[in-house]
This record gives sequence, structure tokens and C-alpha cells, in this order.
Amino acid sequence: MSVTINTNFDENLVTHLSNVKKEPEWMLDIRLKALEVYKQLPIPRFEKTRIDKWNIDQFEFFIDEGDEGNQVDIPEDIRSMIDVNTENRSVIIQRNSALVHHYLPKSLGDQGVIFTTLDNALQEYPDLVKKYFMNAVKFDENKLTALHAALWNGGVFLYVPKNVEIEFPLQSVYLAEKAGLLPHVLIIAETNSNLTFVDYRFSTDHNVSYIHNGVVEVYVGEGARVRFATVHNFNKNSYDYSYRRAIVKRNGRIEWVMGEMNFGNTISNNTSLLKDSAASADIKSIFIGTGRQKADLESKVIHEGDHTESKILSRGIMLDQATAIFNGITKMEKGAVKSNAEQAENILMLSKEARGDANPILLIDEHDVMAGHAASAGPVNQNDIYYLMSRGIPKDEAERLIIHGFLASVVSRIPIEGLQEQLEKLIERKLKR
Amino acid sequence: MSQPKLTIEDLQVSVEGKKILKGLSLEIKGGEVHAIMGPNGTGKSTLASTLMGHPKYKVESGSVTLNGENVLEMATDERARKGIFLAMQYPSEISGVTNADFLRSAINARRGEGNEISLIKFVREMEKKMSFLEMKESFAQRYVNEGFSGGEKKRNEILQMMMLKPQIAILDEIDSGLDIDALKVVAKGVNEMKGPEMGVLVITHYQRLLNYIKPDYVHIMMQGRIVRSGGPELAEKLEAEGYDWIKEELGIEDETVSQRS
Repeated sequence: MSVTINTNFDENLVTHLSNVKKEPEWMLDIRLKALEVYKQLPIPRFEKTRIDKWNIDQFEFFIDEGDEGNQVDIPEDIRSMIDVNTENRSVIIQRNSALVHHYLPKSLGDQGVIFTTLDNALQEYPDLVKKYFMNAVKFDENKLTALHAALWNGGVFLYVPKNVEIEFPLQSVYLAEKAGLLPHVLIIAETNSNLTFVDYRFSTDHNVSYIHNGVVEVYVGEGARVRFATVHNFNKNSYDYSYRRAIVKRNGRIEWVMGEMNFGNTISNNTSLLKDSAASADIKSIFIGTGRQKADLESKVIHEGDHTESKILSRGIMLDQATAIFNGITKMEKGAVKSNAEQAENILMLSKEARGDANPILLIDEHDVMAGHAASAGPVNQNDIYYLMSRGIPKDEAERLIIHGFLASVVSRIPIEGLQEQLEKLIERKLKR
Repeated sequence: MSQPKLTIEDLQVSVEGKKILKGLSLEIKGGEVHAIMGPNGTGKSTLASTLMGHPKYKVESGSVTLNGENVLEMATDERARKGIFLAMQYPSEISGVTNADFLRSAINARRGEGNEISLIKFVREMEKKMSFLEMKESFAQRYVNEGFSGGEKKRNEILQMMMLKPQIAILDEIDSGLDIDALKVVAKGVNEMKGPEMGVLVITHYQRLLNYIKPDYVHIMMQGRIVRSGGPELAEKLEAEGYDWIKEELGIEDETVSQRS
């Protein structure tokens, strides 16, 4: 099989990038190793989605000259999503890979919370970064993760020490202007800590073909609790490749809330590894397929510890000629005794030309577990519409209520009001076109 | 508001090509409670669904009017806005839509644009009605019927009736699957609403419900039509003696609609 690469992505470029950022030697090593893997591997194959013709690397790589400093003027389209009038916020905004705005209240800093760009963390806390970087997601998993590890650019680092509970959400926003966006998010929640993280990524220009290749790694310590909420909004000419992973220790809990609101092709791969006893995961995602958009959305939980619990809920609405695959994968490893897993994939088909494919997959290697799944794909239930109409609600409004209700599992769990409104606007826009 | 009047004349209805209602006539006025009783499969629920306009039911002939207006020409939502209410036997579960949002949408649909109910007034009214029906406050924010027990669903139907204040309320087997306490609460709701501004049609298998919601008229349905009408004493006789005596009197062997007429 022939392997296509972008020949501009070479040792010189990677070395230059690493030098500009004054990275430690070991980071350059990872980048160079990853570059080799990227060059050698073919485009990954997904069971039901062919991405041979998708653009994974044909973009001009851009190195930001430096941060734009801590701008007081937050770009207008982001401002509404940030509650600027309270101390109880913590935000990092990046344009491409450059820092635009950074705010961390002193109270958090005093407790030992580190919330900074990953570039900066590499300078100030290299050992911490080294311990966790590309550990949950391996650079040699496939061509996409290899490309990410070689060229990652931008992203944030969050470290929450033992027993620290942060009451308000921490937030990061990425706006893409240049074609290639490769941010890396590293979150470390130490024992018994508690945090909510909100991540919003969007493109600004409707004509540019963006390539987003992002990795999120979350390390959930013993008894810690992390909620990670994300909304992606890239335009219809874009390609979004997102790998998100969590490794959860004893009694820890990860909650993923994902609004996949891209207008372009999307690969979203989410995995939670429940490493030890009584760890748990809750994964909720929504997707609205419009135009000729294609998407492959996978939510996976691996149960290794005993008494671990997981819940996956994926919901999709398919319009136009869009195509989407929804894979829910529950893996019960030997030893995951008394573990309990549930998953459901539901697809509303609102167009005859659209395709939606729900695949609940249970892989069970331990006999003493409970695992259940449910999947459905079909139009809006006529009896439900009749029920609402029987209370005087007109048909259009009844449909609207049902469709919005269908997505509420995710919308209602976005912890920042401004972003919740933004998500609702996106949903309206997608449903109306 | 003048006293409402629902008039059903010689109604014939089929489902998927099969005739279910075979000429049913009935008049319900505000202030009256009518009970339709009858064994399974005699067309009782078909009548309820037809009056509400369920798309599965096809009216072959006959007429239904509400205050002189042709109900059969109206879509389901319009019927509801005109004042017909059906408490369903199997209410839908609507995920992601809270009871409060649902009810407010329904009330506002009836009041029309520019005349929406204020949030505070709505919340107060809903809380009042919920407490009357001994429903927990959390019900307002729970998703419509999702994960509700059978009894909770029926209570929720009655809550909707009390909030929407219909002219004609049809209760389709509201007693099925209810224990006696829940039944009493449901009946309490209906009795609270009783008055010249609302007529009630109760559809049931069992006389039990009629101990709590006293009917003025009792109708027995067999083979897709009303075969006998009387006062409350008719229900008591059915309770004591069952349906066989009527079948004998009328020479009916198979009371269901599958009987060829």
C-alpha cells in the first residue's frame, strides 16, 4: 500500500518548531520519533468510514511568532461565552496556537492549581509534563496521532493538586484562523480533587479548509472527579480529528459531555480506561449531521478494575445527505468483577437521504459483570407528536420540542451558560440550515 | 363561557380497513359526567382516540361537533385548543422536555401569541395543582413521563387537565394499573374540575372508579356501539352481575367489534 505524506513535514520543520518554543530535548525526541511513524503509516482504516480521500495533512504548517500577550480585548465572538464580570472564572484563549488571553484567579494559584499553556508548562514544569504527555494516547497508535505528536502546537496544561475542589468551570477556547490546528490538552487531577473543564473550538473563516488534529488526555486520580465538556464548531470545508482519553484510578470519575457541532467531516474518538476498583465514567455526546458531512463517532470504555461503572449515551440527528457512524464500545476485561455498564445510541433520521448507523458493541472477558445496550434509529415517533398535539401544541412546535429534548442530555450539562446558549444557537442553525 | 356541548352522531370509524365503531351517538354537556363501560375490544378506546384525532383512526361517516363546530375537520392540536382533552391510557414519554416546559408550551399555544402566561403566574398555578394532586415538586422539572410509574403517569395526565381547563375531558381507562390511593387522587382532581364549564367522559372497564367519580349517565358499549344507557344504577348492576345479562337480553354472543354486523 502506498503511503501519502506531506513532504513539507520534515525534520527541519519539526526541529525548527521545537527550537522556537525552546522545548526540552526529550520533547524534540518525541516529535522526531512521531514524525517517522507518521511517514511510515498508511491512513488509518475505520470499520465503516473510509477516510482515504479525506485531507489529513495537506495544509501549510504555521508557527506563531509568539503569544499576543494577555489581551484585555477578548475577541467579540468569544466574549459572550465568558463571564468576564466575576473572579470565579479561569480562562485561556488561543488564536491558532498563540495565547490571546489568560486569567487564573489568585485563589486557585495559591492552592497550587496550575492552569497555563502547554508551551509554558514545558518550561516551568517539564517533569510533570513529561510524566503524562502522550501517555494515554500513544504517538504510534496511528498516522493521525503520530502527526499530532510530531506537530502539536498550542493547547493547555491543567494540574489540580490533591484535595483541591474547584467550584467553577475552567475554560479554554481555541479559534482557528490558520488552516492547521493541533492543540494538546493535558489535565491532571490528583487524589480527591474535583474540577470541571470546558473546551470550545471553532473556526472563524467560512472559506478556509481547516484541519484540526487534537488530543485531550485526562488523568483522574484516586477519588477525583473530572467533568470535561466540549463543543466543536468547524466549518463545512474542515476536517476534525479528535482523540480524547481518560485514565481513571480507584474511586475516580470522568464525565465527558460532547457537542459535535462541526459542519465538516469528523472523526471523534473517545476512550475512558477504568483502571482500578470502583472507577466510573459517564459519556454523553450529540451530533447533528448536515449537508454532505461524514462522521465517525466512537465512545469506548475499558473496564479493568472491579466494581467499575460506565454509562454511554450517544445521540445523533441526521439531515440532508449526511452520514454518521455511532460506535459504542464497552470492554470488560478479565478481573472487572461486579462491574456494570450501560450504553445507548439513538439516532433521529430526519432525511431519507441521510444515513445513520448505531453500533453497540459489548466485548466481555469477565463473566461476573452486567452490561446492557440499546440502539435505535428512526424518524420522530408519531405517537409522541400526537401526544404533544393533543395538548394543543402545533405540529411544528411539537417536533421542535421533541428534537431539542432529544439533545438535552448534553445541552443541559454544559456548565457555562454562555456556551450553552452558543450550543443552542448552533443546534438551531444546523436544524434550520 | 356558555355551557359546552359535544355531540356525536352515528359515528363510524375504521382502523387499517377494519370497522371498529359502527354507529355511535352521544351528547355530553358541561356539568355532566358520562361513563362508557364495556368489556375489552368493544371500541371504547377507539372512540377516545377518534375524538382526539389520532391519525390511525379513519372516520367513515357520522359527525362530531363541539359547540356546533365540526370537530372532525380539525387537526389534533386545534381540537385541543378548542377545549377537548384526552387523558391517555398510554401517555408518551418525551425525553429532555420538562413537564413545566411542556405545560407552558401547551397553555401558551392555547392563549396565542402576545398573550402568553407570565412565568410567575404559571409556576404558582402549577405548584398549586401539583400539591393538590399530592405530586412532589420535583415533577415539574422531570422529563415528561420519563421513568414515571403507571400511577405517576396518570396523575400527570390529570395535572395537565387541571392546568389546561378543557371544555370536554375524556378519561381513557385512567384507572388501569392504579392502586386505590392513586385512584382517589385522580378522582379528586376530576371532581375538583367538575362544573358547568366542563363535561366529562369516563371510559372504564370497572365500576370501581365510578365510586369516586359519580357519573350522571352510564353507557354500555358492545360491538362498536352503545347498546344500553342509563343512570348510575346501571354501573352498579354491572358490578354485581357482570355483562352476561345484557348480552342475553340483546342476543349478543360475541361482544367485541370483530363480530360481523
